Amino acid sequence: MRGGLWQLGQSITRRLVQADKKAVARRYFSSEAELKKTVLYDFHVANGGKMVPFAGWSMPIQYKDSIIDSTVNCRENGSLFDVSHMCGLSLKGKDSVPFLEKLVIADVAGLANGTGTLTVFTNEKGGAIDDSVITKVTDDHIYLVVNAGCRDKDLAHIEEHMKAFKAKGGDVSWHIHDERSLLALQGPLAAPTLQHLTKEDLAKIYFGDFRVLDIKGTTCFLTRTGYTGEDGFEISVPSENAVDLAKAILEKSEGKVRLTGLGARDSLRLEAGLCLYGNDMEQHTTPVEAGLTWAIGKRRRAEGGFLGADVILKQLADGPSIRRVGFFSSGPPARSHSEIQDEKGQNLGEITSGGFSPCLKKNIAMGYVKSGSHKSGTKVKIVVRGKAYDGVVTKMPFVPTNYYKPS
Amino acid sequence: MKNTLPSEDHLGEVVFVELPEKGVSVSKGGSFGAVESVKATSDVNSPISGEIVEVNSKLPESPGLSIGSSVETPIMAPLEFVINFLYIVASLFVDMKINSSPFEDGWMIKVKPSNPSELESLLGPKEYTKFCEEEDAAH
Repeated sequence: MRGGLWQLGQSITRRLVQADKKAVARRYFSSEAELKKTVLYDFHVANGGKMVPFAGWSMPIQYKDSIIDSTVNCRENGSLFDVSHMCGLSLKGKDSVPFLEKLVIADVAGLANGTGTLTVFTNEKGGAIDDSVITKVTDDHIYLVVNAGCRDKDLAHIEEHMKAFKAKGGDVSWHIHDERSLLALQGPLAAPTLQHLTKEDLAKIYFGDFRVLDIKGTTCFLTRTGYTGEDGFEISVPSENAVDLAKAILEKSEGKVRLTGLGARDSLRLEAGLCLYGNDMEQHTTPVEAGLTWAIGKRRRAEGGFLGADVILKQLADGPSIRRVGFFSSGPPARSHSEIQDEKGQNLGEITSGGFSPCLKKNIAMGYVKSGSHKSGTKVKIVVRGKAYDGVVTKMPFVPTNYYKPS
Repeated sequence: MKNTLPSEDHLGEVVFVELPEKGVSVSKGGSFGAVESVKATSDVNSPISGEIVEVNSKLPESPGLSIGSSVETPIMAPLEFVINFLYIVASLFVDMKINSSPFEDGWMIKVKPSNPSELESLLGPKEYTKFCEEEDAAH
């Protein structure tokens, strides 16, 4: 199988020849034994979840609904995702804000209490270590969530800098929220459904806002954010209450909010033009190249003071040599590593994510092209299995976002 | 007719099918085409060696995913290996809009085998279904 995150299925010939059967069974046995399980694992299986290895975890790639049906239902009604594999983390101490500002591009000090933003952890070369949603809970408490696949390196990176920072007298410490689980409730029914389970007025909580609040009798961290382009929430709930909360959400939606797996989650984020770290952003990619210049706070552009700031500020002044853009294409869906060419067949770059859009019913992709070829409407060729197919640079998001913002 | 045969469960909905030209030779275990689902690309490998004597041209035509055109429904073609007109080797994807009788219209290629003894290693439809069930049960 090529071009995939997903270890879905096997090569079809494996199914044809009896002799291969044992090899397949062995391979699955050895990898699955080491996988971590979220507290919702049995709940997923009971609901028909097809469990696959993902970033060291056994996670549902889909349930009984097809990926196309799940993706469309999220935008029409709602989806509930178990995203407990992601790592929630709190930084505490009076110097938490200046500490974090050394590692990320965001204007953390400028965030109002109880609000957050998408940001990027950078390395000395200005490349991305990870992307993360961070929230300034108070001046001495930052809450953030990092990618499952980046957990170990992110924590090592933060810890190393924290030691040095503390050695110089800085006041910061961390707590990793491994005693909590994370549910993402997304789509137009997210707010009306969740409102049944909390007394807090959700109409006053806008996109990017954070609250500690009571949901169904337990203290949860609620962030109005997500990874689908839809309105919705990520709910950090004590693990012992996670299954009950998931059941309550599904029940209160009268079956319209559906359990949704990683397959549809990837389609949704691609339609929303959001980066998948490891595909669309890597160690060598700067936030400017990735189209995340908006996430570099104005004060940070003036002052720098984060890792790789020299590289990033120079790119801001001169313009990056490559840029992340979106594409529509004909033929088979473009996948990661498909070559992008100009109309004369000269190399322009590479696709980093692509697939069939369940909502638009056509192929969408994102990738990096040389600056100059990045303008919307630029005609390109995308090479799939040796054949060049027509493509066109397209503005993202592919599907309009529906974030809940003050009018 | 959805999910009546096992492989569709494993790959999800088919959105594009790529098949070779008539006259091309295929070798046992070698790729002759590709099937695209929403999330994954899978090579389709020939279970036997031989010459492609017929290609089901209706399958690749059906996707019709072109820039600017909106397609009402993604293609969900019935696909089927039919080998040497006799051996139905594997039911790949079944459904849906085009035809619910994969054994008649859902095949991909027909191959004239160059080494008929290779056919002995293949599974018939009953054995194939049983094999898939066992494999699903294993994980």
